[in-house]
Amino acid sequence: MNIFRIIKSAIKAILRNPTRTFLTTLGIVIGTASVIALMEVGSGAQETLEKNISAMGVTTINIRPGTVTTGGVKSGTRANLTAQDAEAIRNECPHVVAVSPVVSARGQIIYAGKNWSPYFITGIDEDYMRISNWHVEKGSEIDASRIRRGAKVCLIGSTIVRELFGSENPIGKDLRIQNVVFKIIGTLKSKGANMFGMDQDDCVFAPWTTVKSRLKGAGQSSLSSVSSSSVNTSSSDGIYTTGVSFYPEIKNADRIPPVRFVNVDSISASADSLENVPKAVEEITRVLRRTHRIAKDADNDFNIRTMSEMSDFFTSQTKTITNLLLCVALISLLVGGIGIMNIMLVSVTERTREIGLRMAVGAKKSDILRQFLIESVVMCLMGGIIGMLLGHGASLLLAKLMNWPSAISYLAIVISVGVSAVIGIVFGYYPAWKAARLDPIEALRYE
Amino acid sequence: MSLISLKNITKTYKVGNILLPVLKGITLDVEKGEMLALTGASGSGKSTLMNILGCLDRPSGGEYWIDGIEASKLDNDGRADLRNKKIGFVFQNFNLLPRTSALENVIMPLGYTAAHMSEKEMLEAGRTVLERVGLKDRMEHEPSQLSGGQQQRVAIARALVNHPQILFADEPTGNLDTKMSEEILDIFDQINENEGVTIVLVTHEPDIAARAKRVIKMRDGNIETDVSKDSTI
Repeated sequence: MNIFRIIKSAIKAILRNPTRTFLTTLGIVIGTASVIALMEVGSGAQETLEKNISAMGVTTINIRPGTVTTGGVKSGTRANLTAQDAEAIRNECPHVVAVSPVVSARGQIIYAGKNWSPYFITGIDEDYMRISNWHVEKGSEIDASRIRRGAKVCLIGSTIVRELFGSENPIGKDLRIQNVVFKIIGTLKSKGANMFGMDQDDCVFAPWTTVKSRLKGAGQSSLSSVSSSSVNTSSSDGIYTTGVSFYPEIKNADRIPPVRFVNVDSISASADSLENVPKAVEEITRVLRRTHRIAKDADNDFNIRTMSEMSDFFTSQTKTITNLLLCVALISLLVGGIGIMNIMLVSVTERTREIGLRMAVGAKKSDILRQFLIESVVMCLMGGIIGMLLGHGASLLLAKLMNWPSAISYLAIVISVGVSAVIGIVFGYYPAWKAARLDPIEALRYE
Repeated sequence: MSLISLKNITKTYKVGNILLPVLKGITLDVEKGEMLALTGASGSGKSTLMNILGCLDRPSGGEYWIDGIEASKLDNDGRADLRNKKIGFVFQNFNLLPRTSALENVIMPLGYTAAHMSEKEMLEAGRTVLERVGLKDRMEHEPSQLSGGQQQRVAIARALVNHPQILFADEPTGNLDTKMSEEILDIFDQINENEGVTIVLVTHEPDIAARAKRVIKMRDGNIETDVSKDSTI
């Protein structure tokens, strides 16, 4: 029999019992729909993640204090990174283009009777903005001289502008951070939430020297060891200057001060290109091992994290979860296939007389086998296509309602249609084989 | 040469360990254009004989020739092909596909071998045979909307759509009242006389068997009597 005729007669046979066909295909519909929706939402999530990560700067390298081993005992992390380390990295690593010490603090900020507790109060230097992809919207950046002076100036994120200033122009206003007065010199362009869901715009940036010396809880060691020899009082910033230079402008000859005067929470750096990130990491490791005087066979007392590492980590995390859910969806497809087999078996029994008749008028065993096989494949494919549309609709709806990312996954479409056809063949084969095996005489006599 | 030629056909069923002979050596010739009735009490072997004649079953022994082909040597597919091209069946319980129009029912056998025919030609062939059995205005009706007699006529049209040389009717009037039975038998007469289709009627009712020109009576797996009307008159 001509294949188109078989398909046509299969569709007719299926539609002879629409309710049953609908209920039978439901399993396949739900299975396919969930596969499609999951894959689309999953790939959308991955896309967004990648976008977020590249927005954070793919060449970013973060250096944090690592575990310290004292006398064979691992004793947690110790604040052992210093501004000198940052300076050494800046000078000695050819593949590192920007370095910034980072100091963070927590506390309340107050402006005109309104208070707020920002997520991030970060002490930075002039390179930090470049490393982390921040841009000033209005006002000016924190430049090197302000950092050296420990000027009491700050940049604020858009969330803080909204919460404390509303429609007011914050530039030039005084902001009290932990009761220390800072002058706002600029606002930051909004970056939105990071991949942990934290609001990145809820931040205050100030010179790291100022944060370190003026704010409580910044770093862990006191500033008592800082030499206060060079005093800079001729600053035009007036009251915003501490009067003490914590980071003296030094001549090239003594670029690295002999005293480790201050530790920082972490150091952010940026490699000159994505390909050179591993090289930069190597160079940084070499420099830090030397400055920290680590013996040849000892472990590093610092950790270096790169964004590409993080992005790999998060990508593999989302992949794992998506795959897990996909497995569940595939199981539901399998259950749907068993449902198809069940109904096809019932249908073969019900239509025994029809099978006998078809054989009597000249249908060969292979004709009967093909007929029932195609019926189940057509049924599965119909379910697959309906499920595909439903799944795609669901992922679009999710994208709209919950602001979830969603991207069309052609792979998912091909896979789910293919899988439903395969399910039709696999689970339709046994019933079809049973039908083809019937003896025409007995089938005709079947009541 | 005869259209049908049986030589010492036997059929033995095996029930458990016991061999049960149902046909004990049937030798029979049927000429083209004959109309014969196959009668006998139930258990006499007439249904088994019809199944073998209709190529639905194969004999345990003996030779069966139909239109120059030795059907007893054919495999399943060969017999299916033979059934499609040379044989038509009419059953007691009509065996129409439910929820399918009369026309679709009639052209169903064409789907299996008539690959050369277009959809249109198939429908045309179906309409022609339905007109011949007097169902011109019932083509789109489904079996449930037709009377028993009409359903049986659809079944006859289906049996004829492939222009078979021989038509087997297994108790064709068993489910019909007298008036409808007469109508159906009239149609058989017409087909037999006008188109020369050989008809084998399997029945246990003597008055229906009497309509045939030749009556073969079976008993215990053997032919008891083989009477042709011409010779008795």
